Amino acid sequence: MLGITEGSLAVAEAVRLCRPQVVAAYPITPQTHIVEALADMVANGKLDADYITVESEFSALSACLGASAAGSRTYSATTSQGLALMFEVCFNVAGMRQPIVMTIANRALGAPLSIWNDQQDSISLRDSGWLQFYAEDNQEATDLHYIAYRVAEDPSVSLPAFVCFDGFILSHTYEPVEQLNQADVDKYLPPFAPTERLDAADPISFGMYATPEYYHEFRYAHDKALKDSAAVIKKAGEEFKALFGRDYSAMVEGYLLEDAETVLVAMGSICGTTKDAIDEMRAAGKKVGLLKVRVFRPFPASELAKALGGAKRVAVLDKNISLGSKGALALEIRDALYGSQVPVYDYILGLGGRDVRKRDIKEIVARAEKGQGDEFYGLRQEVL
Amino acid sequence: MALAVGCRARPGKARDNKTGSWRVFKPEFDHEKCTQCGTCKTICPEGCISEDTDGKFIPDYLYCKGCGLCAEECPGDAITMKQEEK
Repeated sequence: MLGITEGSLAVAEAVRLCRPQVVAAYPITPQTHIVEALADMVANGKLDADYITVESEFSALSACLGASAAGSRTYSATTSQGLALMFEVCFNVAGMRQPIVMTIANRALGAPLSIWNDQQDSISLRDSGWLQFYAEDNQEATDLHYIAYRVAEDPSVSLPAFVCFDGFILSHTYEPVEQLNQADVDKYLPPFAPTERLDAADPISFGMYATPEYYHEFRYAHDKALKDSAAVIKKAGEEFKALFGRDYSAMVEGYLLEDAETVLVAMGSICGTTKDAIDEMRAAGKKVGLLKVRVFRPFPASELAKALGGAKRVAVLDKNISLGSKGALALEIRDALYGSQVPVYDYILGLGGRDVRKRDIKEIVARAEKGQGDEFYGLRQEVL
Repeated sequence: MALAVGCRARPGKARDNKTGSWRVFKPEFDHEKCTQCGTCKTICPEGCISEDTDGKFIPDYLYCKGCGLCAEECPGDAITMKQEEK
């Protein structure tokens, strides 16, 4: 059913339809309406789940970890400093291979204190071994939750997943969103049925101690499972399309790429603005296209190399910065294109809620055409 | 020991962890000097010294970490710690 819904509430409804059995969350800033709505649903009998109120985000994800190990489908949501506080638990969840799905309403990290959008929070956890999906709009943010659970719980994957959508820009914005119904979701997403779980009658421990003879191989197995999940993501996307019509089978998605000389690469809501800017530049005769990265982990290096190989230049829009180096997306795209001679220019933009407008995208294309890049875009020189 | 997904383990799995690989100094038992008092077995923090059917005390080198307590406490100085080349 199509409805005009706030992004957070649309995601909460999708999460409800996924039938999580345990939801744990810390309710105050930084948080979104997602867990507030889920608390209402549990209280009103619309969602049959244990809702665990905890004293911190560290505890929220720890509660999810235990519940998931006990065999429950679990969910949490957080953002910025909240995710930062979960840092240690994120590595444990992934290492114990628990398929927790967590929504990240992307926001900047302090200090300086900011509540506004960029993607530094989830990008800073790129090495934690979770899958990372990035949504362009609220329809995609909603649908990616079904796909995230399907992929995460696939026995060959058994890994947790972030579904990232831009804080405020998507989380607090009302958009038309087509919601699935329970019967359809149940067809797509069967109950979570792990073969091993915490059970006092049949004891087992998770995340045991690995000596130097084994740790190295555990990391290899984790990395391999994450890389191999690419095939499961494709299959889950294809099945979603067959049932519901919307196609999320590709980890990267091109927009007017075929003859594009300058290709912009971006993740999240900025892709919508970029597509509008591209339409206007195309109308003015400029051959510009967009490659949207939907899945950042596993990193779709071969898909990117294939899609970008014919470009004259690549301009990467990074709403994050690995301080002392470059934007995370640009760094990995350069690696994917190594040896191809295609120049990759990095533009750090939109940090801490700075608006990115169509004219900014056009200016970035102009700068890339002149070979100017690897910079913070749009610095206000008057305050420096 | 094959890897278990998520490093999961059933009870008793710690036996698969052959802690003998940590050892730098290896206790060597001189059974001629040994009075079979059993102090080494009592003191061993790893519980890896056992008495065989002839009353000889034998360390299990798969688990002996080489702490040296048995050699330190042996009343007959029948145990010597020797650096192990691996």
